[in-house]
Amino acid sequence: MNAERFAAQFPGVQWDAATSSWIVPHEILLDVANFLKTDPEFRMEMLSNVTGVDRLPAKVKTKGEDGKETEHERPGYLEVVYHFYSVSRKQGPLVLRCRTEGRETPILPSITPLFRSAEFQEREIFDLFGIVFSGHPDLRRILMWDEFEDFPMRKDYVEPDDYEWEPTPHDAVLVKARRRQVADSAPPRHDA
Amino acid sequence: MTPDAPPSGAPAESLYGPRSYRVWGDDALAGQFLEVSMGPHHPSTHGVFRMDVVLDGETVVRLKPVFGYLHRNHEKLAEGMSWLGSMPYTDRLDYLCSMTNNWAYALAVEKLAGLGVPERAEYIRVIVGELTRLVNHICLAGFLLADLGALGTPLLYAFREREKILDVFEEISGARMMCNYMRFGGVRADLSPEVLQKIARIVDRFPAFLDEFERLVSGNEILLSRCQGVGVLPRDLAVNAGVTGPMLRASGVDYDLRKVDRYGIYDRFEFRVPLGEHGDVYDRYMLRILEMRESISILRQALAQMPEKGEILHPQAKLRNFRPKPGEAYGRIEGPKGELGFYLISDGGVCPYRYRVRPPSFINLTVLEDMCLGQKVADVIVIFGSVDIVLGEADR
Amino acid sequence: MFGLGLIKGLAVTARNLIGSYFDRERMTTVCYPEEIRPPIENFRNFPFLVYDERPDDLRCVACKICEKECPPQCIFIIQRRDDQGRPVKQPEVFDIDLSVCMSCAICVEVCPFDAIKMDHKFDYPSDNRFRGLLADKMQLARSNAYYHSIRPTEAAEVDARLAAETAKKAKPAPLPAKPNASAAPSA
Repeated sequence: MNAERFAAQFPGVQWDAATSSWIVPHEILLDVANFLKTDPEFRMEMLSNVTGVDRLPAKVKTKGEDGKETEHERPGYLEVVYHFYSVSRKQGPLVLRCRTEGRETPILPSITPLFRSAEFQEREIFDLFGIVFSGHPDLRRILMWDEFEDFPMRKDYVEPDDYEWEPTPHDAVLVKARRRQVADSAPPRHDA
Repeated sequence: MTPDAPPSGAPAESLYGPRSYRVWGDDALAGQFLEVSMGPHHPSTHGVFRMDVVLDGETVVRLKPVFGYLHRNHEKLAEGMSWLGSMPYTDRLDYLCSMTNNWAYALAVEKLAGLGVPERAEYIRVIVGELTRLVNHICLAGFLLADLGALGTPLLYAFREREKILDVFEEISGARMMCNYMRFGGVRADLSPEVLQKIARIVDRFPAFLDEFERLVSGNEILLSRCQGVGVLPRDLAVNAGVTGPMLRASGVDYDLRKVDRYGIYDRFEFRVPLGEHGDVYDRYMLRILEMRESISILRQALAQMPEKGEILHPQAKLRNFRPKPGEAYGRIEGPKGELGFYLISDGGVCPYRYRVRPPSFINLTVLEDMCLGQKVADVIVIFGSVDIVLGEADR
Repeated sequence: MFGLGLIKGLAVTARNLIGSYFDRERMTTVCYPEEIRPPIENFRNFPFLVYDERPDDLRCVACKICEKECPPQCIFIIQRRDDQGRPVKQPEVFDIDLSVCMSCAICVEVCPFDAIKMDHKFDYPSDNRFRGLLADKMQLARSNAYYHSIRPTEAAEVDARLAAETAKKAKPAPLPAKPNASAAPSA
């Protein structure tokens, strides 16, 4: 079967049944992608979707061999998910995931030299998640402006304090509104 | 424009600050070049989109798209909102085709939650989806011709027909463009017999309109000379760059998700997939006209096969407190502009953990530079118009 | 012949020009505002609150479901309390920020009491971006008769459903202290 051959070819690649995807170490990502692209049985010529996922550090429970649940701290990481399709063989999707080491200086190899479709999508991930793709020909912000500093799609992103008065504040906006009212100690501008 | 080009001739230090461009060595830029910032407020950029174009005389030697003028981080918004709450926001992605956006999102959530869709709702989805394709393609044809200089007439004829379809959308969903019509496991409102009659009437009259439209422009000598052989997209590049939809098929790649994935009930209809030979602007234009004819054939079959009565929402579908089980799903449909996909991760909560839109408008623009290099600056407008984008989707 | 395509196209334009005088299908525009096209019943714009008898006696019970489900969070509700501070099934404040509302009708779908519906009115001019577009409870209240006048089919269905519910409830001892439980149409 294809999947077995694939697993035999790349022993480092791990099947993740929960998400039906292959977890690929970043050292061999380009080799794996090149294999998928050129192998006559796969011929995954189209990289349809590239996207980032942010996983904060969390406590996870794992079942040991004796059936006991043990809780341990899982470090946070960023993850890039690739959806491959084969246009000529009409197969797919084949999903690869590639994880960074930690969230501080996330670096992954760029897949753009193999698949042009990743060019803008990797730029978008760089822009919104802050993953640096080494080997990308033109890595700069794409959706946010160049001077923007933070990475908005990260789960721990704090938006800048740019509250504008609105008549029906809720939740986070309400907190902001109250803070602002105390700070400014002046009536909101609509009352003026 | 830069009045005094830098001595080296390298436009990298332009008015707009340093940029790192890849292809160009010092030798290639020895002459005098002109950097033009085309857009964001340009009538033919179909919204707020900018192209940094470097010209040698009138020939394009470099083109960099600049995005983000309409960016509102749709994905982040959706991650703080209930699953249903994102549905009206998907209307605002590609605001010409809200029905298919709804469909793609509903399809991905149904895949994630394991929800089925009742038979009648599937037919309704196909009908409104194909009507949306008509709306989109006829608009594209009109806009493309307006970009070519045929100001007004073809676009207004196109809008006249679109109007009739939008009236139907208003009747079934309450809004002309922001339909917010589909729900997880079905659709929101049923089609009454009168509406179905109206749709049948539109479907009957549409081929005559298409014939007229083609008589108006398809054989026009100006159109032929401006479009044929312009902006050729080679087949291999199209596949490699993830180009989808009519753009891909105009380059001769037989890849239509309605045939490949057979999502919904598309396996019940007989239709052909038009393919282009040259991959130029004219092929892309003609391909959309041909696709509209196929859509009409699908609509005819759907109207004929549609069950008279039946549920339109799966009985287990929930509006409030909808929590799909943890997992992830990637659902994609053949939108009028290309493969529109939604990649969703659920952690079992009321909000999506990760919500990603795979926007065809955005990814199809990857090849814009490749198509424009070596062409004249006036052709950039035409090539860009033939890509068919909506900035609401490209910038999200 | 070169130019034939051009001539053919011009013939089409001429046919449309003349045809627009005779064929309604070729002439779809009207001279607004002198002529107004009949509204489509399902058309939705902004929400309003339905009352049965008196404008201060809304169907709304201040359950705040719509406030929670509203995607752009444009609804703001405070529940009324009586003299002893106990909550009453009436909203004290019900504000909708029309500058934020995106007319998606999700509030209508999730409302279990048929208390909020979508209006046909679409012109809300104002010279104040904030206060001027903030509609309060009194501005939002519309009678059931008005609801019937804009959406006859839907309103008839709602009335039938509410009447059935009241009949069901009336069989056991009717709940006291709920004067607005009767949902008989006033129209």
